[in-house]
Amino acid sequence: MTESGSFGGEDVAQRWFPVAASSDAPFRHVAQAKLLGREYAIWRADDGYVNAWENRCLHRGVRLSIGQNEGTELRCTYHGWRYSSRSGGCTYIPAHPADAPAQTICNQTYRCEERHGLIWVTEAGTGELPRHAAFGSSTSEDASLALRALPLNAPASLVLEMLEAYPAHTAAEATGSHSFQFQVADGDGGGVVAFVQPVDEAHCVIRPVLVDAPPDSRRLEVLRSEALILNRFREVVEQEAASRPSTPVIERDILPVLGRAASETSVSFAPSQSRTELRVVVTTKTPVADGVMSFEFAPIATPGEPAVLPTAQPGAHIDVQLPNGLIRQYSLTNRSGDQERYVIGVKLEPESTGGSTCLHETVREGDVLAISAPRNNFPLRRSATRTILIAGGIGLTPLLAMAETLHAAGQPFEFHCFARSQAHLPFASRLEAMGASVTTHLGLDPSQTARAIEQALGRHEPAAHVYLCGPAPMLDAAQQIAADSDWPEDAVHFEYFANTNEVDRSSSFEISLARSSLTLSVGPGETILDVLRSNGVPLDASCQQGACGTCVVELLDGEPQHQDVHLKPSERAAGDRIITCVSRAAAGERLVLDI
Amino acid sequence: MASVVHSANVTVTDQRCTDPVVLNLWHPIAAVLELEPGGEHRSRLLGAHLTYGITSVGDLWASADGQELPVIERYGYLWTSLGSPEGGDSLGIPFEIPEAHEPDRRNMNAGSFQVATSAPRAIENFLDMGHFPYVHTDLLGVEPHTEVADYQVDIHDGEIWATDCLFFQPVAAASATGGQISEYTYRVPHPFCVMLYKNVPTDPSRRDVIAIFVQAMTEETVRVHNFYSMVDETTSDNGLRRFQQVIFSQDKPILENQRPTKLPLDPRVETPIRADQSAIVYRRWLTELGLTYAVIPA
Repeated sequence: MTESGSFGGEDVAQRWFPVAASSDAPFRHVAQAKLLGREYAIWRADDGYVNAWENRCLHRGVRLSIGQNEGTELRCTYHGWRYSSRSGGCTYIPAHPADAPAQTICNQTYRCEERHGLIWVTEAGTGELPRHAAFGSSTSEDASLALRALPLNAPASLVLEMLEAYPAHTAAEATGSHSFQFQVADGDGGGVVAFVQPVDEAHCVIRPVLVDAPPDSRRLEVLRSEALILNRFREVVEQEAASRPSTPVIERDILPVLGRAASETSVSFAPSQSRTELRVVVTTKTPVADGVMSFEFAPIATPGEPAVLPTAQPGAHIDVQLPNGLIRQYSLTNRSGDQERYVIGVKLEPESTGGSTCLHETVREGDVLAISAPRNNFPLRRSATRTILIAGGIGLTPLLAMAETLHAAGQPFEFHCFARSQAHLPFASRLEAMGASVTTHLGLDPSQTARAIEQALGRHEPAAHVYLCGPAPMLDAAQQIAADSDWPEDAVHFEYFANTNEVDRSSSFEISLARSSLTLSVGPGETILDVLRSNGVPLDASCQQGACGTCVVELLDGEPQHQDVHLKPSERAAGDRIITCVSRAAAGERLVLDI
Repeated sequence: MASVVHSANVTVTDQRCTDPVVLNLWHPIAAVLELEPGGEHRSRLLGAHLTYGITSVGDLWASADGQELPVIERYGYLWTSLGSPEGGDSLGIPFEIPEAHEPDRRNMNAGSFQVATSAPRAIENFLDMGHFPYVHTDLLGVEPHTEVADYQVDIHDGEIWATDCLFFQPVAAASATGGQISEYTYRVPHPFCVMLYKNVPTDPSRRDVIAIFVQAMTEETVRVHNFYSMVDETTSDNGLRRFQQVIFSQDKPILENQRPTKLPLDPRVETPIRADQSAIVYRRWLTELGLTYAVIPA
């Protein structure tokens, strides 16, 4: 990097600079800013969070400042890729609607703060935005007023150099390396602090802030006087700049993007590493239905790093490492781009092996848990003409994320929630907020449920999709109903909580790894996944019971015995992939895997 | 024009081209029918200042900085070269478009537009189907039909061919009366020229040819010549031109907001997906040709 030198020696990449006024980032707008030769897209999410990103979609380099601010996501105007607020991670690629974007597809984000009515960015700084002495130490009692920005055809260094030539009747003094202070008129309190934003080698912007906003009666006088002073100064500086040899403007290097993770600061996603290495704090634990508890997880801030969770797409789940040693999978209920925290819903299953009991009884607010980055094996098509969501009981959780995503985007959807009673319906208030798009079906028996599903589905129309999540008998029935109603298989998407089929692990067989010409044997009681991992082949896995689909591998040859509930019938029949945590081959057979 | 200095390899965009691969190519300059007989026209090519025209007796001519240049007429355009187009380099031979010679074809220039982009960025945009629903909404694409199905990309005889490209289009052409699944074949016979063959809405047995011939004025400024060779008998020339102008005016603001303007050939600088297969092959092909002009070499 050669650029720092042209901005006056010190390591300006570490410094904080204002790049825009808070008012430049109004509701659903994307602003363009430039600092030290680098362009930024500045946009405020609906929750108030201000994002500062490299102004360049990582796909084809189009400026994100000509994209659309959709409230929690920014949509690139060229191919409609969506990126999440906070993390900058990609949440949707319309050209491949059936595929969840990889966590590595993530725009370059920068640390950003709002103070004194200005938006501040640091390119590479690790420290906090420093307080300027003129404003006192308290944040809450800041009575400052950001004034109109003054763009100059002159480098920032010249502005600072020429403070001495400043009109004599005001006492200006440099305060720190990129700001100066002056009095406007008698009785204007702390006067004006002017921050200098170096735009590039030849341009800067002066951003003045009145330390104490004057009373209304004096406002006009103070503002006029301030504008007069700074405009005179601008004239002097620009005249001097024009008389000097022009400084060439350096175009900044474009940062390669591949290999970046959604939150490189807090977690790495290399599949060979341990799965639950993101630390979160349990901020709330609230009952949301009979026997259902909701948990909110917030990121843990480390000094100098923003607390940002990895990007979650609707339909995604995380692994949660529990204090009792168990690892369990839970769907995120957050809508896309709502990245301030993760929210899961956990149903107490006293009969099960202890995951839900531990969460309900042991885990408390304030506890720190280890979780994995979200994985999405249940992606939502965001451009469908008709979207039907069918949830049974706690199966509502991933579909809630989908429904709220579509609701926020103003897209139509039909969300059918089946529960034993109103008291058993989780997240009822969030459902209520979506109004007529949600239909609840309470206390139905299996045949009534089947009829309700049949009615909900109706006949398939082009670009209509249905998403199902719930107990296995309900999903089995719903898939059959969909097939009977001529819904094509590629329009029917489902996620089982768990694989309730009995898994047969008795056979012993061989696996060949096509890319490494390695042949390994899998014995009774072992899984393909176990054997791969114990031979040093890194393979991502999550539920390890054939439900989530994370550990899928392409199959090049051999007859698989599928025992999962993730693959669709046609995918099973094609025989070109296998879920390695449960499925295997018949005794003495051989499978050739594309690894 | 202001110079832009690049930190990586200090080049000034106005500089004359020194890349032999590009110098030895034929480059499109203007539609012959739009030349005023006896007049003198000015433009730029690869940084050089160009003068060209057609004499009152119909001879084409071109010169750069006082030096006479070779000229050739192909598909209704004047082409010239700053190097030795017939010598050695097979890319120098103007490529053939056999369809354009069919007797009932309408061959025309549907417009020449100046754009602040590099020639390879313009070519990639033409090869790209994924942007149809977002940039050419309700014409070449529309939601929910956003999926780009896998297609074939091969290199035959030094040209890139992308086949089996299927996409739903609401108004695929000026003569279309309703939505259709269009089948495209793309062909890149020249680093700065690309064409597509698409089924004719009124006669599926034949294929219209739509091409862009890109004149690299500088590394970051182009003039895009839109060539049509159509079977369409119903739409007027103006109707075809208007359709192409609408489409192109939608692409132009995108192209002018891509950074870097020059095409990066290092595959790590941008993030391709399966739908970008033709662009992946195009970038690799440019690298293999050793082309360095208007690109950021890998």
